[in-house]
Amino acid sequence: MRSELTRFPFVKSLLKNRWLQLPVSFVMLAGFLFAILSGFAGTPIGNHNFSIVFVWIAWWAILILVAVPFFGRGWCAVCPIPLPGEWLQRGAILEPPSRKPRWLNLRWPNKLRNIWLQNLTFTLVALFSSVILTTPKVTAIILSAMLFLAVGMSIVFERRTFCRYLCPVGGFIGLYAQAAPIELRVKDKQACAACKDKPCYNGSQVGYGCPWDVFPGGLTKNTYCGLCMECLRTCPYDNIAINTRPFAADLVKPSRKMDEAFKAFIMLGAAMVYAGVLLGPWGALKSAAYSVGTVAWFGYGMAFLAFIFGLLPALFWLAVKLGQELSKSDVPARHGFAAFAKALVPLGLMFWVAFSLSFVLTNASYILVALSDPFGWGWNLFGTAAVTWQPYLTTALVPLQTLVLIGGLLWSVCTAQKIGTEVKILPVPIVVFSTLVTLAMLGLLL
Amino acid sequence: MKLSRKQWSYFILAGLAGAVIAFAPLPVRVAPPTQRIFRVEASQFAYSPAVLTVDPGDTVTIELVSMDVVHGLYVDSYGVSVTADPGQTARLTFTADRSGSFRFRCNVTCGALHPFMIGKLRVGPNTLLWRAIGLTVLAALTAIILFPRLSNVEAA
Repeated sequence: MRSELTRFPFVKSLLKNRWLQLPVSFVMLAGFLFAILSGFAGTPIGNHNFSIVFVWIAWWAILILVAVPFFGRGWCAVCPIPLPGEWLQRGAILEPPSRKPRWLNLRWPNKLRNIWLQNLTFTLVALFSSVILTTPKVTAIILSAMLFLAVGMSIVFERRTFCRYLCPVGGFIGLYAQAAPIELRVKDKQACAACKDKPCYNGSQVGYGCPWDVFPGGLTKNTYCGLCMECLRTCPYDNIAINTRPFAADLVKPSRKMDEAFKAFIMLGAAMVYAGVLLGPWGALKSAAYSVGTVAWFGYGMAFLAFIFGLLPALFWLAVKLGQELSKSDVPARHGFAAFAKALVPLGLMFWVAFSLSFVLTNASYILVALSDPFGWGWNLFGTAAVTWQPYLTTALVPLQTLVLIGGLLWSVCTAQKIGTEVKILPVPIVVFSTLVTLAMLGLLL
Repeated sequence: MKLSRKQWSYFILAGLAGAVIAFAPLPVRVAPPTQRIFRVEASQFAYSPAVLTVDPGDTVTIELVSMDVVHGLYVDSYGVSVTADPGQTARLTFTADRSGSFRFRCNVTCGALHPFMIGKLRVGPNTLLWRAIGLTVLAALTAIILFPRLSNVEAA
């Protein structure tokens, strides 16, 4: 079922070529900096400001509807945020390494080598999301903070520490990249074991050591591979392959990592909360989510945290325990909990797709306006500044969302059953859990 | 994964059940169309009342009253809209000839949360939601029954 794309010389040379990656990087970085500029200097009206429209409508649509489901961490390969820091760290933009990395080049502490910090940064962003999504200046502050943090961490720590351990976006892209039909893997693990210098990890004269701190020979899932293609350049044995594969191929491998399990709950819960708060008819709820610092906002925040860190995991835990009792399994419930959480990956991804379809199709017409008048200053660069707001496909939206959610449930149920076979725990209670949250999401969206 | 004859039977049965749930006509309470008038107050960033319920065929009139800045009201799928200036009332009349649940939303930029200023118009029972619930439960049951590994675990 796997097919190696890099067996085609043309594809391989495209992927290895730094000169092709560079203009893409420059365009992305220019767009990113322009979003910061327009956020600070442009109109405070979100839907007429480039920063809001291009980050939270155009980029988000591409990311969640196309890039993540089909290319996994493909976005990370062209993301502009780590570039300035990486250029500083390397002392070069394009050339392969000629000397040891500059700056402090410290190792990231062992205790923090997990995605708990990413869970925290995403949760923080999610708590303030009503303001971030709608206020250009706040979006500009968040984007700037990410850029400065990435640069700062590149100066202090080795490799792409920000991307790997802190980026709020990278965390969920890594989670959902497991479902993508594309992967980077080694062709022959024995060749990696026999390789002495491991240039894919340590770097060589032709390329850098893995910026994501991953040894490709040990890759079993997409979560932490940023698809930067450095290992494709450095491997002296031509042992790196980009493969197409069935969707969700990583999900049946049991995991015991609680940080990744909780990432699945955070994402699932956040999609449900957003569907209720942003797309629901409850004005008081929107007002509470937006009024940062007020009693209502604290109430909203507490409810949000209780839902994603308390209620959802507790119900899921009960489902795992029930499955464990029914199947008389002696596998610790903790292991079952972490393993079955992978079944929430396709479900959560489809929840986000369903939510985003509504949000994006309704607001997509703002893209044309912001393109012509990015600062909201009355410009009309491409003659589209006067395009009137028009939601797209409103009649098809609800059936489409229904299909997406039911597809996500089917996908999740199949994944749960495969995991159940692996961990020897009856998955039926997990199926019931997934069905109940899907029904809740249907109720919120329909 | 190769399906057994029994599993194929389940699969076909589930497909038929799904088609019935998705497309079978449902009994609809036929009420004579009436004139329904709603006074809807719009303020940043909510409508009050936020949910309007009518019967199919009713003639719906929405009197939109803006309580602060300029607000609009656009009804998804119906494609009709109205705009009200601050302190003014604007009137929108249309026939509710499509059943289901539809969002209505502000179509005049009114502030930060403008894209999320949303209400709901319910025309008759929300049959699509009930059909979706039926299909969801059917999908979960089908996946459990059709996936053979489950029974292996149960046996173990």
